[in-house]
Amino acid sequence: MSSNSAHSEEAHEHPTWSTYKWIALWLTLITVVEVWAYYIPAFVASNYFVPALLIMSAVKFTVVVMYYMHLKYDHALFRKLFVGPLIIAIATFFALMFVFRKMFQ
Amino acid sequence: MATDAAHDAHEHHHYTTTGLDHKKIAIWAFIGSECMLFMSLISTYLIYKGKSVVGPWPHEFWCKATNTAAATAEALAGCPADQIYKPILNIPVTSASTFVLLMSSLAMVLALAAVEMKDQPLPAGAGLGDRMLRSSKLWLWMTAILGATFLGFQAYEFTSFVHEGLTIKTNLFGSSFFTLTGFHGAHVTAGVIWLLTLLAIDYKRGLGPKDALKVDIAALYWHFVDVVWIAIFTLIYLIQ
Repeated sequence: MSSNSAHSEEAHEHPTWSTYKWIALWLTLITVVEVWAYYIPAFVASNYFVPALLIMSAVKFTVVVMYYMHLKYDHALFRKLFVGPLIIAIATFFALMFVFRKMFQ
Repeated sequence: MATDAAHDAHEHHHYTTTGLDHKKIAIWAFIGSECMLFMSLISTYLIYKGKSVVGPWPHEFWCKATNTAAATAEALAGCPADQIYKPILNIPVTSASTFVLLMSSLAMVLALAAVEMKDQPLPAGAGLGDRMLRSSKLWLWMTAILGATFLGFQAYEFTSFVHEGLTIKTNLFGSSFFTLTGFHGAHVTAGVIWLLTLLAIDYKRGLGPKDALKVDIAALYWHFVDVVWIAIFTLIYLIQ
């Protein structure tokens, strides 16, 4: 019984080869756009450059975690084990940037 | 008899009270802790960004004689030509290595899929493509080779930086950059070794669906190394 429930908890659908192929294509495309943006001086100098790069990077990060790491299809506990520390890490990042950037100014 | 069967079923999968395998819970907890490690290293790099008192710098031209930096070489008028150092980060090379690491993640998911489907018969009229998709050895080799290629790019980058005068001791940029990317490179190296051990098992007795969890755990680690690089590439290399 417990073995059966264990197996049913772990049973999850994985994306197909076609999905993996399209994800790889999109990841490559986003990387090309990122690098392309880097070589446009007017865009680099604008206020949109950093947010645009951060959004593209976040999209790539999320896609890999959700599809390649199967977090979208896996048990909710795995999501909590990943997202919990990630939130702590991001909060620590902002706290450090706030404290030290202010100190150096 | 039934006890033996139950024992066999649990031989490779040790389930916790949550109904989940404890090794998979452990790798996710490990990945969570690694998020915090790498975020602290990235934070350190960004805190020290622009605080180096001597060059070379990541995105600026540097006149060694006067120790001044500028966005263009022309802006360093009066500086002897042999004293001008170009921005040290090599974006084309790093873009290529980023592409290599992204493709290694694709190879890794295909390796896991091949192991999970090992017992299923090939469909009638299956072509070379179908046979390739079922070859765990091919995709594990591909992932390991792409990982090693990424390490080759990193070795080239580190060597060229040292030749251009940037070491871990040169300035704050060098210290934080080499520490961050060096830690990441060490993780990639561990991943390549892990992949080679899986390949050794595959050659010795063959990896099958009963080993899917082993490959899944290695794959999670490998993809994590990839997502860390996605963050590093944007935050360290592209944002000026």
